[in-house]
Amino acid sequence: MSKIGRFGDFGGQYIPETVMTAVHELEAAYDKYKDDPDFNRELRELYHDYANRPSMLYYAEKMTKDLGGAKVYIKREDLNHTGAHKINNVLGQLLLAKKMGKKRIIAETGAGQHGVATATVCALMRLECEVYMGATDMERQSLNVYRMNLLGAKVTGVNSGTATLKDAINEAFRDWCSNIDTTFYCIGSVMGPHPYPTMVRDFQKIIGEEIKAQLMEKEGRLPDAVVACVGGGSNAMGAFYDFIKDEGVRLIGAEAAGRGVDTPEHAATVAKGDLGIFHGMKSLFLQNEYGQIDEVYSISAGLDYPGIGPEHAYLHSIGRADYFSITDEEAVQAFEYLSKTEGVIPAIESAHAVAAAMKIIPQMSKDQIVVINLSGRGDKDVYSIARYRGVELDEE
Amino acid sequence: MKNRIDACFEDLKARGRKALVTFVTAGDPDLATTEKLVTEMFDEGADLVEIGVPFSDPIAEGGTIQRASLRALKNKTNLDQIFSMVSRLRDVTDKPILLMMYMNTVFRYGTEKFFNNCQKVQIDGVIIPDMPFEERDEVKEYAEKTGVHSIYLVAPTSKERVKMIAEESKGFLYIVSSLGVTGTRKEINTDFNELLAPLKEGNYCPACIGFGISDGEQAKKMAAFSDGCIIGSAIVNIVEKYGADSVEPVGEFVKSVRDALDG
Repeated sequence: MSKIGRFGDFGGQYIPETVMTAVHELEAAYDKYKDDPDFNRELRELYHDYANRPSMLYYAEKMTKDLGGAKVYIKREDLNHTGAHKINNVLGQLLLAKKMGKKRIIAETGAGQHGVATATVCALMRLECEVYMGATDMERQSLNVYRMNLLGAKVTGVNSGTATLKDAINEAFRDWCSNIDTTFYCIGSVMGPHPYPTMVRDFQKIIGEEIKAQLMEKEGRLPDAVVACVGGGSNAMGAFYDFIKDEGVRLIGAEAAGRGVDTPEHAATVAKGDLGIFHGMKSLFLQNEYGQIDEVYSISAGLDYPGIGPEHAYLHSIGRADYFSITDEEAVQAFEYLSKTEGVIPAIESAHAVAAAMKIIPQMSKDQIVVINLSGRGDKDVYSIARYRGVELDEE
Repeated sequence: MKNRIDACFEDLKARGRKALVTFVTAGDPDLATTEKLVTEMFDEGADLVEIGVPFSDPIAEGGTIQRASLRALKNKTNLDQIFSMVSRLRDVTDKPILLMMYMNTVFRYGTEKFFNNCQKVQIDGVIIPDMPFEERDEVKEYAEKTGVHSIYLVAPTSKERVKMIAEESKGFLYIVSSLGVTGTRKEINTDFNELLAPLKEGNYCPACIGFGISDGEQAKKMAAFSDGCIIGSAIVNIVEKYGADSVEPVGEFVKSVRDALDG
């Protein structure tokens, strides 16, 4: 990092003055607690007893044989409580919020996974919770809306702009501007103003640390590649971070190419984005020549974001990580493949990582190892995959 | 040449008057109307006019200005057209014109090219609500080189930051009246005497209060704490209601605020 809150040129704190004090307060609290033994002990206990960590590192033997290349391991973040990696970050941030004496939590959500994780931990920690969700996403993910209500959270629909994830983030920022004294903004990915990209990464880096230890135990060595899907990029940053210094480990992010990067309907920020300043950070964004942020599309609501976390933009710029663009069709095929081959139904987001891994595995030798970070489970996606395949299900 | 904003505040001070800063979103409902609105507002008593550059995701704005941005973007309003409009306005007015815009619009256009164009069409200042003091280096060098004032915001939460920000701000200091985003409010309860106390001594630029001021009465109250007031959403509400026919009602509204300030 060149200066505080920067990854090379990327990152920063581009936010209205009204929230600047709160961001500094958060920064100070995080600096105070991140190395605090009691805080870390409490967090480890929550990870272990509540979230079901460590998540398993599973040797995908059938997939390995079928693809005929590198050995495939799957990091089962889908087995965490609430069914995705999102809980790691939420437990960390809300434990910090408690320490800071904040009583009210706000969050944004796209597919609903981060919203559900936030609502869950708010129930656990007895915090008031309000989740902003694009009206379009609320329609697409009505089950998650109900789930959040069940957990005691208020879900507020956002009709502005494109009524999706970026608009939910805009609205959460606006709420924060209005309620800065009482409210903690629990951002769901490695994005936003400093310290969020660093803090969220730190709460997710346990994924990579576990992969390293588990693989060392099983194979006595490092993997040759770690593959993860990237929307904002939190599960990928979590999986990558501990391996950045291990230069022999290839890091591969899979971003959503939707109907193809040469169509207007995709969310492939690294492939097609330009440097910009938005949502508090300097990073890559899909935007037009005048800097208006694009509408983005992916079959996966969790990758449907027009930007990428600044540390990913940095890893890309220095060539430390590669980013593959995976289309809806490739992701759906990988979704079906993993379900049939290993009996694991991946989240459609994570299926993008599976698809990216399937592009490199056959070209690798049998003594090489690839780890796929399976960030979430796919129950939530069954209807939309059926719809994609033209199968009519009774959703009632 | 002296920046028009500085000249304007010196003149106001000499005449013992408070500044009235008014805002419209460019391209709402269309640029031809915006051009007429700017002239009308100056004619009816505005001292400075802020022209809002529409952005897809204006995070510091309430519903009124969000909707105005959306209407303007539906018309495909862009920064080059806004520069041309200001250039035309310069044939008819010599009063200070500012742009209010988001950082990505400046950055993506090319910060150096942006400030050069501001200088060329004689835009006197820019307000970028998502560029706080900490990120001032994004524009500082170019703003200073071209003599375009970069105006910073102070919020009720700024406290010990007020002095540092005031030292950086050029032209005037934009005081955000209360927590939250732009949009009219029934009441503003911030203790401005306390907030602005750090600026009592020393040689700082003038301060104007904005966000949530809805009429002449409120404007007068706010101006009593400062060197002037900024009115945005209340005007944009009129534009939303009357569209291309908003020139006259906006003029009447601006005049009513001017009269209240001077009365």
